[in-house]
Amino acid sequence: MASITLDHLAHAYRPDPQGPQDYALKEINHVWRQGGAYALLGPSGCGKTTLLNIISGLVTPTRGRILFDGKDVTNLPTEARNIAQVFQFPVVYDTMTVRENLAFPLKNRHLPRETIAKRVEEIASRLDMTRVLDRKASNLTADAKQKISLGRGLVRADVAAILFDEPLTVIDPHLKWQLRSTLKELHRALDLTMIYVTHDQTEALTFADTVVVMHDGAVVQTGTPEELFERPAHTFVGHFIGSPGMNVLPARVEGRLAHIGNVAVALARAYPALPAGERIELGVRPEFATLARAGTGLPVKVKRIDDIGRARIARVEIAGHPAAALVPEGLALDGDTAGLNLETRQIHIYAGGVLVAGEGGVG
Amino acid sequence: MDKPVNNRAWWLVAPVFAIVAFSAILPIMTVVNYSVQDTFGNNQFFWNGLGWFQELLDPSTELGGRFFDALWRNLLFSAIILAIEVPLGILVALSMPREGWRVAATLVIMALPLLIPWNVVGTIWQVFARADIGLLGYGLNALGIDYNYTGDTLSAWITIVVMDVWHWTSLVALLCYAGLKSIPDAYYQAARIDGASRWAVFTTIQLPKMKRVLLIAVLLRFMDSFMIYTEPFVLTGGGPGNATTFLSIDLVKLALGQFDLGKAAAMSLVYNLIVLALCWVFYTVMTHAGSERPDQGSAA
Repeated sequence: MASITLDHLAHAYRPDPQGPQDYALKEINHVWRQGGAYALLGPSGCGKTTLLNIISGLVTPTRGRILFDGKDVTNLPTEARNIAQVFQFPVVYDTMTVRENLAFPLKNRHLPRETIAKRVEEIASRLDMTRVLDRKASNLTADAKQKISLGRGLVRADVAAILFDEPLTVIDPHLKWQLRSTLKELHRALDLTMIYVTHDQTEALTFADTVVVMHDGAVVQTGTPEELFERPAHTFVGHFIGSPGMNVLPARVEGRLAHIGNVAVALARAYPALPAGERIELGVRPEFATLARAGTGLPVKVKRIDDIGRARIARVEIAGHPAAALVPEGLALDGDTAGLNLETRQIHIYAGGVLVAGEGGVG
Repeated sequence: MDKPVNNRAWWLVAPVFAIVAFSAILPIMTVVNYSVQDTFGNNQFFWNGLGWFQELLDPSTELGGRFFDALWRNLLFSAIILAIEVPLGILVALSMPREGWRVAATLVIMALPLLIPWNVVGTIWQVFARADIGLLGYGLNALGIDYNYTGDTLSAWITIVVMDVWHWTSLVALLCYAGLKSIPDAYYQAARIDGASRWAVFTTIQLPKMKRVLLIAVLLRFMDSFMIYTEPFVLTGGGPGNATTFLSIDLVKLALGQFDLGKAAAMSLVYNLIVLALCWVFYTVMTHAGSERPDQGSAA
């Protein structure tokens, strides 16, 4: 059990990094508390696996330190770090039974035989694998094998954190939910720090209590799923999380008004300190944009309406820029013109992609 | 039963039948024909029934004696070179580089002995090991070690074994290397996390993952060494005495040297059957050793 401190951590795979473009992982400062469930979320190549490998000790960072419970482990090898890792593809020792697989990490650490046996039984019952303990691990299905790799981490009483590197990639969809809820239960029962790498927002948002969104080697936002949804700190977070993603429209801000082309939008806050020369954008999630009859709200042009099951989403154009909005039940449209109502308090202003805090909120 | 019956497709198979008939069936039937007859030259043949086979399988006769002597020599030779080449090949594969320009360099060097024609291998070692002018032979004698492969049985055997190891360990190593390369990095990372020792990594990950290629390596090396002919023929010609006369060499002596076609035919048939039987045993044992079929569904 441990808290994990990332202290000015950065990593470049090139031996002599010149500028920020050479860094696979740009400088990160974070403290991850003991017992938290964290998800590292981002598209392929965003640096999340690099960060995971730094934590597990498979990669030594170019700069900065990593601390477990205040103890510097930056230069400690993997085996001395008390972490466990579950990989993308199930790793089991083919020649061994499930029981031997689970006992393997303890046997390597020369624990007494009775302790090992007791611990293996305990973890097997937690993972609901008691029935298959004496079967060859190589003959089990992919999800059972992933549970074995997880079990090999859980048997160790001293484990500081369990790392998951996209562990559900090869699991059948209907078993993904099951395995994920097993993970959540274990997290609650065992008070373990878990770090989960994924590019799937559903996995991240359902698993973690804190989601770390990464983009292009940098952390763009750390927060609860609600925070990521309601206050995306970066237009990338807005795009990446949510389906469909946030509407991001180029705008010009004057006082409490934003102008999208020739359309004026009322804002809840004023933005007197917007940096000059940066790209100014207005962001609002489709969930907070509702289509209405023509003549009410902002004038938009409807291109198409998609039925996504739980709701209908209208693809519209506002002053020539594409956007998405909810279509309320029973709305009858006349031609391709309609109105758009935005929830004023859910409108965010971004400068150069980064969220700008406004001044003087109403109420 | 409304499928149209059309036997014209057989014509497409006919060329294969013809080729197999001329390349395999006819020669084998000729050998079978010789094996039940005796000849004294002049193309005169006399019926001998199963006489040659009875004599061959009875170690107290002259023919049976030399057959069994050669057979034991062959088995001993195969056992020795397997015992050396398989562990050595694994060891070489384990120490080969896994990435960078060294991979290509090592692979080329490893492949060199495999590319040399067998009679050239024999000639190389024949010269190399000569006590009067060969670097190896002269050097050993200069060091005070009594070494002469043309006169001393032990020297001859050591030379042939070392030559085979030099020639063929690369094959085992390359096969093992391919097996090792196919192991994903995650296995090594998991082993480090689990605190596995180097030896545990070898026995629990590398060896099980190499099992399939090792099976092929053992089979290939066993068959090749059991049928070895060219290299010892060039190096020692079967000598000193009959000390390195393997089955194939004896067969050629019998058939072409003494022109005992009947005896030689019987011997080659039995030889052939032994090779087939041993390969079958090897293959069956080694595939069954690790073929627990994965079952789907009933997990956890």
